[in-house]
Amino acid sequence: MTSLTIPELRQKLSTGAVKSREVVDQLAIRVAAVDPKLKAYLHLDVEKARAAADVADTSLPLGGVPIAIKDVINVKGDPCTCASKILKGYVAPYDATVITKLRAAGAVLFGRTNMDEFAMGSSTENSSWGVTRNPWDLDRIPGGSSGGSAAAVAGHEAFAALGTDTGGSIRQPAALCSCVGIKPTYGRVSRYGLVAFASSLDQIGVFTKTTEEAALMLEVIAGYDPRDNTSINRPVPKYTQSLHRGVKGLRLGVPKEYFIEGIDPEVEKAVRAAIDEYKSQGAEIVEVSLPHTSYAVAVYYIIATAECSANLARFDGVRYGKRADKPKDILDMYGRTRAEGFGAEVKRRIILGTYVLSSGYYDAYYNRAQKVRHMIAEDFRLAFEKCDALLTPTSPTAAFKIGERTQDPLQMYLADIFTIAVNLAGICGVSIPCGFTSNKLPIGLQIIGPKWGEETMLRVAHAYEQATPWHKEKPAL
Amino acid sequence: MADSTSSIDVTYVADLARLRLSPEEIATFQKQLGDVLGYVSKLAEVDVSQVSLLGEADLKNRLRADEVRPSLSAAEALANAPAQDNNLFVVPRIIE
Repeated sequence: MTSLTIPELRQKLSTGAVKSREVVDQLAIRVAAVDPKLKAYLHLDVEKARAAADVADTSLPLGGVPIAIKDVINVKGDPCTCASKILKGYVAPYDATVITKLRAAGAVLFGRTNMDEFAMGSSTENSSWGVTRNPWDLDRIPGGSSGGSAAAVAGHEAFAALGTDTGGSIRQPAALCSCVGIKPTYGRVSRYGLVAFASSLDQIGVFTKTTEEAALMLEVIAGYDPRDNTSINRPVPKYTQSLHRGVKGLRLGVPKEYFIEGIDPEVEKAVRAAIDEYKSQGAEIVEVSLPHTSYAVAVYYIIATAECSANLARFDGVRYGKRADKPKDILDMYGRTRAEGFGAEVKRRIILGTYVLSSGYYDAYYNRAQKVRHMIAEDFRLAFEKCDALLTPTSPTAAFKIGERTQDPLQMYLADIFTIAVNLAGICGVSIPCGFTSNKLPIGLQIIGPKWGEETMLRVAHAYEQATPWHKEKPAL
Repeated sequence: MADSTSSIDVTYVADLARLRLSPEEIATFQKQLGDVLGYVSKLAEVDVSQVSLLGEADLKNRLRADEVRPSLSAAEALANAPAQDNNLFVVPRIIE
């Protein structure tokens, strides 16, 4: 049962063939069987999920469907640790808007998933609570920062999951675990109740097994929210209804800067084959240029760290979470609380962000990075005058080995080289399965759309998925 | 742009960030952040003279009416505090 898609599951629920409680039970059995290997979940209250399932209205769009949530989104009455020791014991006092929307759509909230601490990382190795494993090879990372959500969906421990994407944290793990992962346009989904990492880049999105399910989930969570002043008031299309229109007549752009030295030849081959598939379906393939691509990672590690240094100032031992024992004064309390509560990567980024914003360096680093960010956004705007969506690899390589990059932060940062620019430009992207390496590791195709281009982007994703078998393959667990 | 050889004073910056680091952490971060700053110094190549800091000029403030609306009660807002008293957060004494 846990291998069903959401439409298949809803069919069984709405006809009464299965009860929502049985779905929760089956999922709990699956979690008990495979999560000791994957370690995708941090908190799971099966009794609470059963109680929610018993009262779920199965006539609703996600009625009775269990959904896993990344541990960075507030769910009233539940822990929300952001995989950080500094939030151990914190209980969320309110629901994030996406949670309110999931509840209103009948979903059953099921478990909080592992992540890199405060969503900072590309491998989920920066979690304070342990490493999540890739379902396709347990010695490898699932990607990150939403690695728990990706592993849970790929390992059939969740029908779908919420994640967050600041520089690739949904699309990269989706690629590395062979699921569908959407990073919506900035402002499409409310961030109210999401613990902020980099507020001008963060966006909540979804993980699913198929594009149709991702479209359904996005319909539910998207929309304007007066509580998030960066959410935009425009109608949410019925993404599920325009999926089937095919790609004939669409212009799909291939940016030459995304096929560079350092990309794994097997990844390039799979993505090139996907481009050929689109051509055979009647899409027009156009070469485009995004000339400032090579600066995206540098811009990101200035802007994202600057914003994180400000956002994480709130974790100081006063209002929530951990406080160091017996502080001798207030500065001792701040300094030791943060020293004991944060992990190495969070500390590194706070220091870098504080530095680039500090007196004497602000103009050289932060202001310059903001200007180059605008040039990156302008590259995309010009490219989308020539095409309807872009096709690129999601990640330059398949999943790497656990421990392989932990000593070299810069190498870890380069894992997001193809996803980061999308966040800087505020546009949308989706990763879908597009093949496997000879070692049977998943490869992802990234489809990038302009602002508010989700409808076409998902239509492009669906056309490929219908013609290829990759999304149907399951890891041997 | 600061040139790539300029090194970050991790001890000083960590103090600004209210972060107490061990000598080992300072040494490790000094090296790692030096590498990262070396990498980001490539932005110095970009000619940004024609770009405005705020980018496209379609930015405008989005204001809302200043109205009292339902929100968390004091008890709920304080529920996660490590120390509280009389509906207030308690912190170590600041003034002698």
